[in-house]
Amino acid sequence: MARTPLPQAAARWLTFWRRSIAARVVASTVILSALVSAGVGWVLLQQTREGLLDQRVKTVVAEASAETAAARTRLQSVPGTSGDAAGQRRELFDPILDRGRLRGFDVVLVSPGVADDTGVPLQTYSTPGLDLEKSLPPSLLQHFASSGTTAWTYTTIRRDGQPDQPGVVVGSRVILPADNEPYTVCYLFPLQDEEDTLALVTRAMLTAGLLLMVLVAVLTWLVTRQVVTPVRMARRVAERLAAGQLQERLRVRGEDDLARLATSFNQMAANLQRQIRLLEELSRVQRRFVSDVSHELRTPLTTVRMAGDVLHDARESFDPATARAAELLQTELDRFEGLLADLLEISRFDAGAAALETEDVNLTDVAQRVVAATQVLADQRGVRVLVEAPPEPCLAEADVRRVERIVRNLVTNAIDHAESRDVLVRVAHDDQAAAIAVRDHGVGLSAEESAMVFNRFWRADPARARTSGGTGLGLSIAMEDTHLHGGWLQAWGEPGGGSQFRLTLPRKVGDELRHSPLPLVPEDAEVAV
Amino acid sequence: MTAGSTTPTTDPGARGRILVVDDDASLAEMLGIVLRQEGFDSQVCARGDEALAAFRDYHPDLVLLDLMLPGLDGIDVCKEIRAESGVPIVMLTAKGDTLDVVVGLESGADDYIVKPFKPKELVARIRARVRRLPEHGSDMLKVGDLLIDVAGHAVTRGDEPVNLTPLEFDLLVCLARKPWQVFTREVLLEQVWGYRHSADTRLVNVHVQRLRSKVEHDPERPEIVVTVRGVGYKAGSA
Repeated sequence: MARTPLPQAAARWLTFWRRSIAARVVASTVILSALVSAGVGWVLLQQTREGLLDQRVKTVVAEASAETAAARTRLQSVPGTSGDAAGQRRELFDPILDRGRLRGFDVVLVSPGVADDTGVPLQTYSTPGLDLEKSLPPSLLQHFASSGTTAWTYTTIRRDGQPDQPGVVVGSRVILPADNEPYTVCYLFPLQDEEDTLALVTRAMLTAGLLLMVLVAVLTWLVTRQVVTPVRMARRVAERLAAGQLQERLRVRGEDDLARLATSFNQMAANLQRQIRLLEELSRVQRRFVSDVSHELRTPLTTVRMAGDVLHDARESFDPATARAAELLQTELDRFEGLLADLLEISRFDAGAAALETEDVNLTDVAQRVVAATQVLADQRGVRVLVEAPPEPCLAEADVRRVERIVRNLVTNAIDHAESRDVLVRVAHDDQAAAIAVRDHGVGLSAEESAMVFNRFWRADPARARTSGGTGLGLSIAMEDTHLHGGWLQAWGEPGGGSQFRLTLPRKVGDELRHSPLPLVPEDAEVAV
Repeated sequence: MTAGSTTPTTDPGARGRILVVDDDASLAEMLGIVLRQEGFDSQVCARGDEALAAFRDYHPDLVLLDLMLPGLDGIDVCKEIRAESGVPIVMLTAKGDTLDVVVGLESGADDYIVKPFKPKELVARIRARVRRLPEHGSDMLKVGDLLIDVAGHAVTRGDEPVNLTPLEFDLLVCLARKPWQVFTREVLLEQVWGYRHSADTRLVNVHVQRLRSKVEHDPERPEIVVTVRGVGYKAGSA
């Protein structure tokens, strides 16, 4: 449980990183300048260190040489040159020890001869409290095993009860007149001052470096902000424009690139707004026109319709010609009404005024209702209409009125073209879609025809007699209804092999359809050929 | 429609009186002819702003109301009449658009018919509205905390009377008689409106909304008229 917030936080940071130009620019600038200043700092520190140490070593070597020279002089002037080696050693060593105590360096006198290969001296005299094993580097003693020249090296000086400190050790060789043996005098000079100076310089440079980084970060952020802020504003305005707030504009300040970007952006927005307004206006006019035509045409048509009905009801009292005229008036009024209704429906689609009222619709119910409603027509044509559906409901979120209209259209068409053979209505569903396929075994369609059946006022054979008095708009309206649902309406046909129309609706409105639960080409297609 | 062939049960002696509110003179006259043939008395009012006066004067059993009227819009006329009477109102509309229909129904109309209509269809609708539901005895029904006096045509909650139009009353009684049954919109259309088959279930939806606004404590969470998702409506448990 404790681990879950971590990836979330990481993801949030990642998103922030990907989205924020400022963050990326600041971070990369800071990293780059940190690398450069670290390099420069390292070189500077190195040089300072070398300079300091060189200086110190020169001084120290000079001082050691001077001490050694003074000691040699002292030894030569000592009376009674024979025998008393211990006295001469004291004579040699004690003044240097005193000087060292005064000047702050330690002294070690190493007797000649080495105990073993490790280089640990056999016998030594040194400043009291000095840890010789640690402070006296063996490399220096080994040098004196083979050579007599003055030598120096760095070391760590350790005294009892005191922390280690860096130092320089200088060694010189002195021949004691008493035993004519070479003694090594080692001077251990501490480098604490230099160390302190170096630490001070390092601290100062680190502080300066950190401050520099902060400065760089702030500067970069400020500079980036100047560019990014207008870009962000432009983004926000663009988003609002996209959301339909067409009056949104960018503020134009100055004459720089960003200002010119804003100006162009605003021009684009203004053009868009004008175009959209124009389209909206056209659409509104169109809708208004449809509504007006609807009212203006329908009212007189109602009167004519009623009058026609009254005449039709009374036709038995007319002479045969007038009676027939009344009948014709009646049937043609039906057609006129159907055509008007279809035209108005199409105009409504064209104006984008058609709206969906969705609920869960069971396509099996729809199929059965439609088949029941078209029973009369089917009986007239001697066509059997069969429904094949799974026992469970085939649900789709749809506008039941429109779906029923589509299916009614498909079934009526199928009955019209079935040539007295059976019409099969199949219903199927899966978890993403539901489908109805209407199959007839009539004259069928060619491939080009099946592509054109949905065109307005299209007829398979212009010379063919109208049978059910369709308006020629039925399939176009069915197609528009299907599009409104985000569904598919497809036709398959084979000349002589009948045809199949398949309606597929997504389970939820707005879901994208990927496949249909029913095949477009019926399984019995090959058999029929 | 066979529903239209039953004779009005209200009063067999009197002819039904219908007020036609329509500004189109030809249509109004034609409506008069057809209605007279079918055994109704009718009176025409051509202006929206005169409709209420004509209504008070004529005491019709039903109002045929055009939506587009000079003087006062049909919707407003509908509201005015509904404010003082529960007399059935059937709208004549030239627009089949959902919005117009719903606005009309919400303003208080019981039914609507889209122009151009067949005279027989119109007469069937009129008969269905003038005819009352067959009365099954004079029992008292109970839905939730509502008490329905079927014979007395009254609904009370505690001591408070709830004012319903005859159509809303029929709808409530229809549901309350069989509280165990879920009614599909189609069944309700047939039993309450007297349609045999019609795909337009918006009529039911709008009237259920209106009924709820009058009888529910909280119309957002109905307890009297309960929606059964994907099926229809039922009366809430008592």
